[in-house]
Amino acid sequence: AIFASVERVNSELFTLTYGAIVRQLLTDLEEVEEVNKQLDQMGYNIGVRLVDEFLAKSNVSRCVDFKETTEVIAKVGFKMFLGVTASVTNWDADGTSCSLILEDNPLVDFVELPDTCQGLYYCNIISGVIRGALEMVSMKTEVSWVRDMLRGDDVFELHVKLLKQVPEEYPYKDDE
Amino acid sequence: MVREVAESCVESLLTEIVSQYCNGFYANKPDLAARRIEAIGYQVGHQLSERYTMERPRFSDHLEAIKFICKDFWSELFKKQIDNLKTNHRGTFVLQDNKFRWLSRVSVAPSSENTGSIQDPSAMAESKEAQATGMYLYFPCGIIRGALSNLGIPCAVSADISNLPACSFVIRIKA
Repeated sequence: AIFASVERVNSELFTLTYGAIVRQLLTDLEEVEEVNKQLDQMGYNIGVRLVDEFLAKSNVSRCVDFKETTEVIAKVGFKMFLGVTASVTNWDADGTSCSLILEDNPLVDFVELPDTCQGLYYCNIISGVIRGALEMVSMKTEVSWVRDMLRGDDVFELHVKLLKQVPEEYPYKDDE
Repeated sequence: MVREVAESCVESLLTEIVSQYCNGFYANKPDLAARRIEAIGYQVGHQLSERYTMERPRFSDHLEAIKFICKDFWSELFKKQIDNLKTNHRGTFVLQDNKFRWLSRVSVAPSSENTGSIQDPSAMAESKEAQATGMYLYFPCGIIRGALSNLGIPCAVSADISNLPACSFVIRIKA
């Protein structure tokens, strides 16, 4: 139902556009490490903006804690934008870090990495999006890839670690 | 079943390509930025037309191929066809989309001097907004050029937004 609430397009256009961007960045930046950084930065910028659309259209109510937030990202966020869902596992004892597991990922349809791209985190834009979006709801996080199907793993696994929860500051001075 | 993603995913990517290439790597070299953005579109168009023509017989002439771009290809991308096709029968085709989707959320200053052909940099320099809008258009221009080139038709593609929200793509086939 959540996926029906947004305008959708044929995923090939998205997948191939992303592929063409990665390819162009590899040509322009040369270093794989630089490309990883750039993709993460682009994702961050997107996440910062996308969170608005998410909050406006998803109808989710306020999350009580980080645990609930990650569940919402996995079940509602991924579904709303990419049409797939992720699962959340591997919680640490104090509930500040976990893994998002993605078995199906439209970003990598038709993708195979050549040997020259060892070290490339092809899906780095996704981790950037999550980091950017969470920062807009006052959560500073670190998001990194643990498993990657393009590197031969059986699933995609993102490790999400909550670094700091910034308390919200209301603009109390509004009426001045 | 056709696999789908949210439209905002594609729009976000497009926004980022334009912003990274225009404000980041090539901040003071708009023509280099434009060429990169066009190249990304070209790659996409090339691959998409390969996929969308898999089950079709070969096009008999240029007009057939252009019609395919106007109808099937455009529908796959934008869920609508090109609204108007004109040609001078000497290798120039003008494809007009009366409400081009990728510009529907771009705001452009209302003054008519601020819009113009993206192949005319002097007109573009007049306004930052027009230049930014022009940058967005290099991507679809690249897509069209890539798609046609995959069909064996080398061409140049430019865009004209002098009557927004309509957008015209001008295809000049190389003899």
